[in-house]
Amino acid sequence: MFKGKDIVSIRDLREEEMEKIFEIARDMIPIAKGEKREEYLRGYVLANLFFEPSTRTRMSFEAAMDRLGGKVLGFSNPSATSISKGETLADTIRMFDAYSDVIVIRHPLEGAARLAADFAEHPVINAGDGAGQHPTQTLLDIFTIVQEFGHVDGLKITLMGDLRYGRTVHSLAIALSYLDAEVHLLSPRTLKMPKHIIREMKKEPEIHERLEDVLEDSDVFYVTRIQKERFPDPTEYMKVAGSYSITKEHVKKMKDRAIIMHPLPRVNEIEPEVDYTPHARYFKQAFYGVPIRMAILALVLGVIE
Amino acid sequence: MTDQVLKVQKIRNGIVIDHIPCGMALKVLKILGIEGDIGSTVTLAMHVKSKNGWKDVVKIEDRYLDERELDKISLIAPTATVNIVKDYKVVTKHRVKVPDVVKGIVKCMNPRCITNQNEPIEPEFKVVSKDKIIIKCRYCGREMDSEDIVENIL
Repeated sequence: MFKGKDIVSIRDLREEEMEKIFEIARDMIPIAKGEKREEYLRGYVLANLFFEPSTRTRMSFEAAMDRLGGKVLGFSNPSATSISKGETLADTIRMFDAYSDVIVIRHPLEGAARLAADFAEHPVINAGDGAGQHPTQTLLDIFTIVQEFGHVDGLKITLMGDLRYGRTVHSLAIALSYLDAEVHLLSPRTLKMPKHIIREMKKEPEIHERLEDVLEDSDVFYVTRIQKERFPDPTEYMKVAGSYSITKEHVKKMKDRAIIMHPLPRVNEIEPEVDYTPHARYFKQAFYGVPIRMAILALVLGVIE
Repeated sequence: MTDQVLKVQKIRNGIVIDHIPCGMALKVLKILGIEGDIGSTVTLAMHVKSKNGWKDVVKIEDRYLDERELDKISLIAPTATVNIVKDYKVVTKHRVKVPDVVKGIVKCMNPRCITNQNEPIEPEFKVVSKDKIIIKCRYCGREMDSEDIVENIL
């Protein structure tokens, strides 16, 4: 079912395929923690092609491959490669395809991963293309929720912060709606979820502008960073950022089992004191990136079926 | 003067693009690249009464259309019919058909799409709605409607 499959968009995966990835990821957790040793990917080579900077995604793919006994080659700074000499992406992909068994790509332009998949014979995994898709992030986000609640359907999930430019929230909103979650969107007026994303959702989400409207009955708060550069006026930024951040006071009003997630890096949209409350899940969520990516690599390489 | 006025002259050889949605005739000419003198007669009628309401009609003398041009017309005027006229007679008449996939005739309007770089690929779109035309880029996922298509025809 998975061998040779490209993972370019979250829409490439059916619900049962997501469940399969989660099932394997659960088995991978002790290996990701280093508590158990397995070498499923010994002899396999991953090409990790990062055309723009990334810390978590790149390192977690490396960790995933290393933990399973495989090797990683690639770059994190394209200026040191022949791309800076004007080589097309198609040619770069053909070359790395010849050197490796699976390709992971992060690229500043939308659609770059689909192009890579067209030219590579080996499976291609999209690690983020411009404002487009970032399916492994979406998978680890959903996995975090499933690990916590056992299901996604019926949960009241609030996506908050920068819903306009934040890449992770776009594919997450669509996926959650297809998994029958009750999606709520909370953002300043200028950073609303784009209409074309809402159009793709299975059910119309509820839209809010005040945290108080969703604070007491959300099961999940998915917080994203509001970037300063989106606001020409710094005082406007300060005002807006303040009303979309989570403080210890907010946490007191949340449901007992509510969880707070964040794709990281966090700046000040979650107060550091919140880290020590039983609601914080963002570091665990970041850790899940490793077992999820281990599962995807093992499945697309066909070593686990 | 009676009500019976011949508004648009018959043509001898050429094509009649009929049943164009009202207001789209100029866009049909634009995507066929007819923007100045092409050396033959072009007649255009907008807001013409037809059986089911109103329509636009375009007649072009001594010009025929290839598949690619028919596909282009279908994307902005999905209800159009194209009649081929020879010696004042309609010899063939066919409705344009909106294809399922549009390849190489429209470029993606998203400047950040990889297809707008110097890569060896043709832009490709899936037609997601045929009543009100909406196409979606296979690479970046951007959706485009008829207005966007006219601006980005290749």
